[in-house]
Amino acid sequence: MMAAFIFVVSVVIFLQFFVFYCRSLIAVSVKQPLSPEVQEVTGIQRAASGDDFKRVMQLLHLCPERPEDRKGIQAIGAYFQLLNFAASTVARLIPSMKSWTDSERAHCTYFAAIALERRISFSREMLAQQMDA
Amino acid sequence: MGLSFLVSVGRFQVLSRWGFGSLEYAYFYFYSDALLTIGLYFALLNLYSLVFDEMKVEKYLRLGAVVLLGGTAWFSYAVINESSHRILTHFAFELSQNLYFVGLVLTYVLWGAILKLRETRTRLIQLVLALGVYFSAFAADYALRNLYPHAQGVWQYVTPVLGCVLPAAWAYSFLWVNEEARLAPSRLVAVSR
Repeated sequence: MMAAFIFVVSVVIFLQFFVFYCRSLIAVSVKQPLSPEVQEVTGIQRAASGDDFKRVMQLLHLCPERPEDRKGIQAIGAYFQLLNFAASTVARLIPSMKSWTDSERAHCTYFAAIALERRISFSREMLAQQMDA
Repeated sequence: MGLSFLVSVGRFQVLSRWGFGSLEYAYFYFYSDALLTIGLYFALLNLYSLVFDEMKVEKYLRLGAVVLLGGTAWFSYAVINESSHRILTHFAFELSQNLYFVGLVLTYVLWGAILKLRETRTRLIQLVLALGVYFSAFAADYALRNLYPHAQGVWQYVTPVLGCVLPAAWAYSFLWVNEEARLAPSRLVAVSR
């Protein structure tokens, strides 16, 4: 009985903390501007859209991986899936949720684009180091 | 980190000497886990000190944490004493589960304080939120293990994966988030319409 109670409470609080944590990661990336080059590659000219997330993630996986940003990207990927689930279930019953999930999905795309920008500059640095050597 | 390193070395020694399925390894694993959780408790206490820095309530926080820690240990012992004859094995497990849960509640209270006091240090906010994710994931994991003790095949993969969450999230915050960065925590809770 005690274990069941702990499980239910923990899952509810876990979801809250997970959403707040992902939003804090996104809030940090939103302050960074996208370079014109990445805007062109990702097709994000003015505002990002949740529909572009998959494509930006595919581009991200083409770049050499950086261990330090892997977990953050995975967390946002999981958050995006959670938002998709919310959009296809709860948001159908509560219309106001729809605009919120859309805006959050767009922020996820922007986060992925910022991560892509970091990986591109990381690849360039590596290439420059190799050229120097 | 030092304690975690020592525990890992100790676990490896016990594992290579007695084997994964041995009672010795199980004892060592759960007791060292309880020890690490107590270490994390003190890390949480430090985060409390940072948030309540200006109020000068460090002494009361320490006292409260020790009382809570003792209370959790006593409660775990009382539960096991009533319901089980294998006190030593189950005590460490019950203690870990309850410590994670109390840690979760304390982190939730700290998050409430951050919102109330309008704490804006991004790194501190991320450290607290990551700790909340970690404590709640482990509290749920231990509770499920208590409910389904025979699904060992699943837990042996889930638990190590969850164990990576906190080091990865904290490493991310220390590496990527500038110490001077600021963030309004109310923005994280608000739902824009």
